[in-house]
Amino acid sequence: MQHIRAHVLVCGGTGCKANGSKEIQIAFAKELQSFGLQDEVMVVETGCHGFCEHGPLVIVYPEGTFYCGVKNEDVKDIVEEHLYKGRIVQRLLYHEPLTQDRVPNYSEIGFYKKQHRLVLANCGAINPEAIEEYIAVGGYEALAKAVTEMTPEQVVEEVKKSGLRGRGGGGFPTGMKWQFAKASVSDKKYVICNADEGDPGAFMDRSVLEGDPHRVLEGMAVCGYAIGADEGYIYVRAEYPLAIKRLRIAIQQAEEMGLLGENIFGSGFSFKLHIKEGAGAFVCGEETALMASIEGKRGMPRPRPPFPAVSGLWGKPTNINNVETFANVAQIIVHGADWYCQFGTEKSKGTKVFALTGKINNTGLAEVPMGITMREIIYDIGGGITNGKKFKAVQIGGPSGGCLPESMLDLPVDYDSLIAAGAMMGSGGLVVMDEDTCMVDVAKFFLNFTQSESCGKCTPCREGTKRMLEILNRITEGQGREGDIKLLENLAKNIKETALCGLGQTAPNPVLSTLKYFRHEYEAHIKEKRCPAAVCEKMARYTITDACRGCGLCARNCPAKAISGAVKKQHVIDQTKCIKCGACMSACPFKAIIKS
Amino acid sequence: MMKMVNLTIDGRQIQAPAGSSVLEAARAAGIYIPTLCYHPDLRAEGACRLCMVEASGARTLVASCVYPVSEGMVVKTNTNKVREARKTVIELLLTNHPKDCLCCQKSGDCELQNMAADLGVRKLRFEGGETKAHTIDSSNPSLVRDQEKCILCGRCIRVCRDVQGMNVYSFAGRGFNTIVSTAFEHDLLNSQCSYCGQCASVCPTGAIVEKDDTERVWNAINDDSKVVVVQTAPAVRVALGEELGIPAGEIVTGKMVTALRQLGFDKVFDTNFSADLTIMEEGHEFLERLQNGGVLPMITSCSPGWVNMIEMKYPELLPHLSTAKSPQQMFGAIAKTYYAERAGIDPAQIVSVSVMPCTAKKAEAAREEMCSSGYRDVDIVITTRELGRMIREAGINFASLPESQYDSPLGTGTGAAVIFGTTGGVMEAALRTVADVVAGASLPKVDYTEVRGMAETREAVVDVAGTAVKIAVCNTLGSAKKMLERMKAGTADYHFIEVMACPGGCIGGGGQPIPVSGGIRKMRREGLLACDRASELRKSHDNPEIKTLYATWLGEPLGEKAHSLLHTHYKAQNRD
Repeated sequence: MQHIRAHVLVCGGTGCKANGSKEIQIAFAKELQSFGLQDEVMVVETGCHGFCEHGPLVIVYPEGTFYCGVKNEDVKDIVEEHLYKGRIVQRLLYHEPLTQDRVPNYSEIGFYKKQHRLVLANCGAINPEAIEEYIAVGGYEALAKAVTEMTPEQVVEEVKKSGLRGRGGGGFPTGMKWQFAKASVSDKKYVICNADEGDPGAFMDRSVLEGDPHRVLEGMAVCGYAIGADEGYIYVRAEYPLAIKRLRIAIQQAEEMGLLGENIFGSGFSFKLHIKEGAGAFVCGEETALMASIEGKRGMPRPRPPFPAVSGLWGKPTNINNVETFANVAQIIVHGADWYCQFGTEKSKGTKVFALTGKINNTGLAEVPMGITMREIIYDIGGGITNGKKFKAVQIGGPSGGCLPESMLDLPVDYDSLIAAGAMMGSGGLVVMDEDTCMVDVAKFFLNFTQSESCGKCTPCREGTKRMLEILNRITEGQGREGDIKLLENLAKNIKETALCGLGQTAPNPVLSTLKYFRHEYEAHIKEKRCPAAVCEKMARYTITDACRGCGLCARNCPAKAISGAVKKQHVIDQTKCIKCGACMSACPFKAIIKS
Repeated sequence: MMKMVNLTIDGRQIQAPAGSSVLEAARAAGIYIPTLCYHPDLRAEGACRLCMVEASGARTLVASCVYPVSEGMVVKTNTNKVREARKTVIELLLTNHPKDCLCCQKSGDCELQNMAADLGVRKLRFEGGETKAHTIDSSNPSLVRDQEKCILCGRCIRVCRDVQGMNVYSFAGRGFNTIVSTAFEHDLLNSQCSYCGQCASVCPTGAIVEKDDTERVWNAINDDSKVVVVQTAPAVRVALGEELGIPAGEIVTGKMVTALRQLGFDKVFDTNFSADLTIMEEGHEFLERLQNGGVLPMITSCSPGWVNMIEMKYPELLPHLSTAKSPQQMFGAIAKTYYAERAGIDPAQIVSVSVMPCTAKKAEAAREEMCSSGYRDVDIVITTRELGRMIREAGINFASLPESQYDSPLGTGTGAAVIFGTTGGVMEAALRTVADVVAGASLPKVDYTEVRGMAETREAVVDVAGTAVKIAVCNTLGSAKKMLERMKAGTADYHFIEVMACPGGCIGGGGQPIPVSGGIRKMRREGLLACDRASELRKSHDNPEIKTLYATWLGEPLGEKAHSLLHTHYKAQNRD
């Protein structure tokens, strides 16, 4: 038998791959060969570790040494120093941003310390393209237990008892959903996994699919058994080629082993899975639009009721859950609802994966127990704000979510607290903003997104978000009018009340939450024609300070001929002529031009 | 028994069948809720959000057209929240809509305009916003599309897809840039459009309208060198009243003839005359096919939307189509030959106008081959709606007009001809004549009630003077499509099939007054059946003017002259 004394785990997530992790794998193979270590050290491509900011990531076991930002030329060092001579390569270790300490071990890193990785347990630890590795860490035990030891009723009951709620955004109790679908009488039922992850900056589902696809398949199969469905679809966006590839491999492997397909575990339960690639419409994440899309129709939502549990895909009872929701199922079945309930809060059980982005030191994926505070996520896990700037707001819940200010940082992160604060859990996008962010501009950004992703079916969303965006545009361009805030609020509330689907009903949230917490910024834009964060170009004011040496570069670069002044004397900008292009500021070698 | 649920709407206790929508329950109880994307003939979509109401247990306002009733539900249709929501919907639609309503062809009949007026929208808070810009599609003879006026209610898409099975329209683009598009945004001339005009008859605004030809008619009337003759289709006489404040289904034939004379037409004739002629030719053609091993089943060909459909989508089945021209085109061919000779008029001087319940008739008259008289057989086609507009424009007080008679000789029709306007009518008229011809005698049986009804597809085995004839009747292109698929599959062993493109036949034609619904079509149909019952002559071959035509000029049915003037040929249409 071959004796492997060390494993080199190279991250094969999309982020690390984009940074060259495939080449690093090849380099490892070559270097191991040249040191004659090819038979005792094994290189494994894993899924995402979540610490994407510092990729490509390499972990060497059994020590668990965590190397980050690894480049091709570093591979020889790791092989020679670490694997050949047994000395850790210090310069490739992670530095804590606050203490500058070098941290050799994976589990000691601040980013991971406060995390509780249940859903992401296998991500980065196993080879996602080998079903044996999933089985080795307990994979498909839940499916076996469900179909051979439990009745469908017991499965539904267990999921209900676990308190698991939909991780796609809505937070509807998963067990209830399953119960409704189970109660529908039909010759045919479907299970759908919603992997149409579309929120800007969100990549939780992609990482789970890339890093641990079998966990999702297993959750779906358990669901199929529970509700009486024998067929399922994974609706995944075509922009996730790696996730699709690994899902295909996983389905094939599971079928070959009899874990999917006909008569699973000889129980008489059969479950067939298909992949449907979405064409990139955000609205297809809405369940009725998603089903229309699978049916080959234009992805437009339809009114509910009837709910999918009664009439879903092709008119048949259908249960649809998000990737992360399904990824939670196996552990609930294996360890039981009581075990699961120890994580989280009274009404929000378990963990939630967040994608940390924006002005935060540790961008990446973090899985935290529900009820943790926003402050812990941003400072303890996220490592605080970049460049030592001041925190201003965090946008949670994707484009349909809301922006929370510093005063809400100690808010526990759970479904109900977030809703009460004017945001929502959403699918887990967390965008951190610093003091240089204009909140009107942020609202405009998110509204622009939902506005252009509206399906166009219902009037309030199609026409209303357009008018809201026009009002925001004019406010940020210094054309805001008295009464615009009232008009915005009025229209926003109207759209929330009358839009057909969740996309429209939540589209005004970024505007409403910024109006709630940052109203003064809107007022400054409208009344004083001033952008407090100096972001909105059209109302920026460029002035020349006494640091000016009178070189004249600014005047020569000004396309509007708005700058005048004598040589070697301080120049002046004629504000009536200035077109706010900023050319002078970039041209000035003495940093004498400031924008306010 | 149907299960009923109890609910409260605006404080009133109401019972409604389980499964019905709040809107249906409210309307049945006489409670008005405004709608735009809803149409009684179509599946509700809940898209426009005008019919929002407050319903107990709902998190937000709900669209009553799609929200099902439930036991104990409490609904409020008139709260301030509801009123404001509705007003905002209209306001948003108007912001993105041309403001030249007064000059719109649909002005006065526009649902958006009416809603804005009814709901008290007096100010647009979003004035000056971006609006959609599109070119107008007037590529074809029948319909005009102006997408700037489109409010994306989707009714045209639904009627074209769900009723007609043609799928010409679909939503394209996203969000504010969403449009109703044909495939590849081609104009209708280059799309698989049958010109049936059902889209125009359900369009709530002026986004899809019939191509207006009234100006051409006025010009002809005002040209002293022209003799302007007009024919009126059977289904017009029971619907025209609706354009002029008279209830649906009321027979206004006499008033219409008077009005046409007052408008200045030189001769007022009846398409019923040529409908009888069609039966003579088509009936004999059927017998010929039946007795001599011709292609069966034979299918009627008087509905031009239907002819377009089969030419576009099932050209391999064209041999099944009767070669007999439609009554409109037979009239045109006879008017510029037989009538011109008899009246001593140079056919070049004749302008032949027809008033039709149909938009596809405009395209039919414009077909290249429709000039067997040596001239364009029919020069101008206007719809019932356009005639209504001309009468209003001329300031004629239609309701108080005296009645008068059609001119001779092309003004006489039988009861068999008048039922051409309703589904099953052509079949029944044909059976009346075929039976007598087979029997060689005038049989007492006149009514073939087996083929009557409003169902999309009906079939029967009819005893025709001792011969069992298997017949089927289809109305809507959707049902026709299913029939053709059955023919291709070999499961449609009929002898004779009648197809009408529009729901209910011509009474529900795309050129008929708006609004239309199942109830309105039923009233129009009752009017036509009443005309038939009141007719002295109820079989086409008994029409004395038809007898004279054959005896003095045309010769035999299917004869040489008849063949060249009254029959046509079909060819595959390749529009892509």
